[in-house]
Amino acid sequence: MTIQEAQDEIIADFEMFGDWMDKYEYIIQLGKELPLIEDQYKTEDNLIKGCQSKVWLHAEYRDGVLTFTADSDAAITKGLVSMVVRVLSGHTPAEIAGAEIYFIDAIGLRNHLSSTRSNGLLSMLKQIKLYALAYQAKSLQ
Amino acid sequence: MHVVRRLDAANVRKDFPILERTVYGYPLVYLDNAATTQKPVVVLDAMDEYYRTINANVHRGVHYLSQQATEACEAVRTLVAEFLGAKHVHEVIFTRGTTESINLVASSFGKRFLSAGDSILISGMEHHSNIVPWQMICEEKRARLQVIPIDENGELMLDGLERMLADGVKLVAVNYVSNALGSINPVREIITAAHRHGVPVLLDAAQAVQHLEVDVQELDVDFLAFSSHKIYGPTGIGVLYGKEEWLDKLPPYQGGGEMIKTVTFEKTTYNDLPFKFEAGTPDMAGMIGLGAAIRYVQGLGLGNIEAAEQEVMEYALKVLREIEGFRLIGGADAHHRAGVISFLVGDIHPFDLGEILDQQGIAVRTGHHCAQPIMDRYCIPGTVRASLAVYNTRSEIDRLAAGIRKAMTIL
Repeated sequence: MTIQEAQDEIIADFEMFGDWMDKYEYIIQLGKELPLIEDQYKTEDNLIKGCQSKVWLHAEYRDGVLTFTADSDAAITKGLVSMVVRVLSGHTPAEIAGAEIYFIDAIGLRNHLSSTRSNGLLSMLKQIKLYALAYQAKSLQ
Repeated sequence: MHVVRRLDAANVRKDFPILERTVYGYPLVYLDNAATTQKPVVVLDAMDEYYRTINANVHRGVHYLSQQATEACEAVRTLVAEFLGAKHVHEVIFTRGTTESINLVASSFGKRFLSAGDSILISGMEHHSNIVPWQMICEEKRARLQVIPIDENGELMLDGLERMLADGVKLVAVNYVSNALGSINPVREIITAAHRHGVPVLLDAAQAVQHLEVDVQELDVDFLAFSSHKIYGPTGIGVLYGKEEWLDKLPPYQGGGEMIKTVTFEKTTYNDLPFKFEAGTPDMAGMIGLGAAIRYVQGLGLGNIEAAEQEVMEYALKVLREIEGFRLIGGADAHHRAGVISFLVGDIHPFDLGEILDQQGIAVRTGHHCAQPIMDRYCIPGTVRASLAVYNTRSEIDRLAAGIRKAMTIL
């Protein structure tokens, strides 16, 4: 599945729910599907700043693709992380670095999320893109 | 003073236009009053009227408007002095808020009285704004910061106070009411003890003046700071009260217009109190708004406000405690807390709970409430904080409880 297809799938999923409370329930459900980061990687370095809750993100580069594992101490945050990981994990650094992320706006999340939460989401996306750029640079060496 | 007549919350609410709005289709339940209170229409009107009719720069104009504006602003100073029970009107300094008031004292007091090896004594439940300014001046002067510890119930442990005071303390800075826990601190005891050692005390009263009657002479406090926006007034203006004898000894905080008597390139002589500490054009509309807010509070009567809030607080503690897994952070007794209920539910992250409450039109604060050390004390990432004002009702508490229960089904 391409990054675009994964985003479109999430957008379609969200369209099934009329009520925002249901959407939140779905986000929290998605959190339970997040590929969890191993405890050894829950380090200060892997902690993403800019969020009221803690988010750890670990990237692994193998066979030309980047795979992400993550965790959060807050359920909604974990769901958001899960969506991002679902969209971007398993792609090449070049695909990730060049990806346009539009599902967050499309599902109307930005209007509903508190600003600290959406800032956290943005810093996570930024961090993932930074990983991708770093690995892209490495693979070009 | 304590003529307790019951305030009719429905009538009080009519004074606050914003309370009529909805959020995500629900009537707003505003329980973030410790962050900032909403403004009654008398405050909005006063500021509007000021700009429409008498706006002019104060203290320096020869013209009619300037004199009118000056009189109106100085009348607010007099009002604040009365409100706080100050001995002199010139003991009231206008600042941008509590934070600036504390920075002013930290900087000016520190410059004059702090040397290497001295210390400043604060408490373990201070807001960052009553920690960081002291850290900064201590670092500059190579002085130390001492901290009064707190116990499991969120109360200050004063057993070691005498020993600490004897250890080079030059000033004590504590909050009257904790913004994170709502505890009303035993400030009289602290002030008496500090004065026995000849040490002045600054009270951060940002969470006190809107809930309790505060009399600076009765407290015998040396400095006291509060913000207008937490007592139904506009943002951007606040007050520093200081005893004349102390303010006279402190050097100015900022330089500029108004704070001077004469200026030559060789030497500037400073103005008298209170202007010595008010460099630049002040927030005139803010002062007018603050004046209207204080008159509004006086009109309701602080005793009545206290009684009304106390009743809702008791109700809230009763209703919220019925929720399974509800955990109150800080002291339990409603009579020793003002305005604030800080809590957690089960193992739900406060941020998650706050967000689901928000989705139901209920405004609370989540996080460390700018008081990280106290969260570390309890080993928690933060709390959910519901904070009360005079306009909050029992039915809003019911909405909060129902909102929490709904969140529990999702989270």
